[in-house]
Amino acid sequence: MSVMKIKKFSFTYAGVDHPSLKSITLPIEKNKITALIGPSGCGKSTLLRSMNRIHDLYPGNKYDGKIELLNEETGKFENILEIKKENEFIKLRQKVGMIFQKPTPFPMSIFDNVAYGLRIAGIKNKTELKDRVETALKGSALWKEVHDRLDKSAMGLSGGQQQRLCIARAVAVKPEVLLFDEPTSALDPISTGAIEELIVELKNDVSIAIVTHNMQQASRISDYTAFMYLGDLIEYDKTENIFLNPKEKQTEDYITGRFG
Amino acid sequence: MRLLVNKIFLALSILSALIGLAFLGWILATLFLKGLSSFHFSLFLDDLVDGGLRNLIVGQMILAGIASLIGIPLGMTAGIYIQEYGQGRYASLIRDLSDIMMSAPSIVIGAFVYALIVVPTGGTSGWAGAVALAIMMIPVVINTTDSMLSLVPRELREAGIALGASKYKVIIDIVIKAAKVGIMTGILLAFARIIGETAPLLFTSETSNYFSLNLSESFPSLTVSIYDLANEPEESSRDLAWAASFILTVMVLIINLTGRFITRNKK
Repeated sequence: MSVMKIKKFSFTYAGVDHPSLKSITLPIEKNKITALIGPSGCGKSTLLRSMNRIHDLYPGNKYDGKIELLNEETGKFENILEIKKENEFIKLRQKVGMIFQKPTPFPMSIFDNVAYGLRIAGIKNKTELKDRVETALKGSALWKEVHDRLDKSAMGLSGGQQQRLCIARAVAVKPEVLLFDEPTSALDPISTGAIEELIVELKNDVSIAIVTHNMQQASRISDYTAFMYLGDLIEYDKTENIFLNPKEKQTEDYITGRFG
Repeated sequence: MRLLVNKIFLALSILSALIGLAFLGWILATLFLKGLSSFHFSLFLDDLVDGGLRNLIVGQMILAGIASLIGIPLGMTAGIYIQEYGQGRYASLIRDLSDIMMSAPSIVIGAFVYALIVVPTGGTSGWAGAVALAIMMIPVVINTTDSMLSLVPRELREAGIALGASKYKVIIDIVIKAAKVGIMTGILLAFARIIGETAPLLFTSETSNYFSLNLSESFPSLTVSIYDLANEPEESSRDLAWAASFILTVMVLIINLTGRFITRNKK
C-alpha cells in the first residue's frame, strides 16, 4: 500500500531553462524504505525535497504534476502541491519529516532540540513533553548516551550523535513519512552503521524515502529502489530486482559501476 | 636567489610591522604617562565645572546608550531583512547604501543631523547627539548582522522549516541564536566605535560643564570636552584633557577586549 503517490511530476529550478525532473511517477510504500539512487545531478535530492515542499523556501521554482499524500483519517490522497496556506504547510511538514546530509542540531539544549517540533505542534504540557522527548530519544538509540545531560547544548555531541538527535527530533512529532537526504555521507562507518540500523527499525512506524550515493547502503536497507538519471526515472522495482536483475541497461551499468 | 628575495621580503614586512606598532606604542605611552600623571579618583566625583570629569563620562555613556537603543534594533532588523527576506535588487541596494554610510565621514553625519534636528529645534541637544551617533552605528550593525547571519548554514533554516516552524520563528529561535555571538561582538565593537566619536557631536550635542540628564539641551560629552580643553591656554585644562583621553581610551579598550573575550570563549 502506498502512502505517497508521485504522478507525472516535473520540476524546474528558478532561472533555469531545462527541467531537473521530467514527469516522474513513483509510489512511496507504507512502512517500507524506498531508496533513490543515481549519479550526482540526476534529480534524486530535488525529488526528495519536493515531497515536503522545502523547495518553497526559495521562490521561482516551477513544477507540474501531482504529489499525493495519504490522509490517514479519511483514507484519501491529497495533492500536496496545492497547499498554499501557512498552517497547511505546518501540517504537511509535521506529517513528512526530513533529515539532512549534515547534522543540523539547533543551538539549544538536547531536550529543547527534540521538543522543538512538539512545541510548534502546540504541546505545552511538561510531562507530555518529557515523555515524548524520552520516547523519541529511546527510539533513536540516543537515550543511554544523553539521558543525564539533556539540558546541555546539543552542539557538544559527536557528529553521529547529532544525526541521531536530528532523527529523534523528526520522529518526536510522529510523522507518517521521513525523508533522508544522504543522512550518513558526513559520518564515519561506525556511526553510519548505527544510523542504518536505526532507519531499518524506524520503518515499523513510518514510511521512509532515502537519497543515497552509497549503493551498498541502498541494497542493505531499502525495500524498493528507484534509479534516476538526468531527471528521468529509469527504473523502479523491488531492491533485490534492481540489484540482481535490472531490466534497463543504464541501471545495470550504474550499479555495476560502469558509469556514475 | 629565491631564498634571498624571501629573506628581504620577510625583513621588510617585519620592519613595516614594527614601524606601525612603534607609533601605536608611542601614542599609548604618551597617553598613559601624561594621562596617569593628571589622573585622580576625584575626577570621577566632580563635574567639569569643579575640575572633574564625572558629568562628561556619564553624559558620554548616556549619549552612546541612547544611540544604541535606537541603532541596534534598527540595524539588526535591517540586517535580518537583507539576509533573510530581501531578494534581488532591493536588498542589495540597502546593502550598498549601508556600506557607503559606513564610510561616510563622521563630520558629515554631524552636519546632516545639525541641519535635520539642531536648526529646526533651535539649538544643540543631547537628542541630536544621540541621533548622530545612532546614524554612525546603524550601518555597522546592519553589516555585522547581515554577514553573521550569512554564515548560518542553509540546512539549519531548512531543518527548522522541515519541523513545521514558520520562517519568522526559525529566524528568531534558530538562526539568530546560531549567529548570536558574532552579532553581539559586532554590536560591542560598534558601541566602542561611537563612544569615542567627537565629530558627530561637535555641533549636535556640543558639551556642558554641568551634570545634566536633560537631553533637550546641550549635553555633557567627554570627547567634545577633550577637544575644547586641549584648545585652552591653561596648563591645568590640558592636563585634564590628557586624563580624559586616558579614561576614554581605557573605556574603549575594555569594551574591545570584552568583545574579543566573548568571541574566543564561544568558539
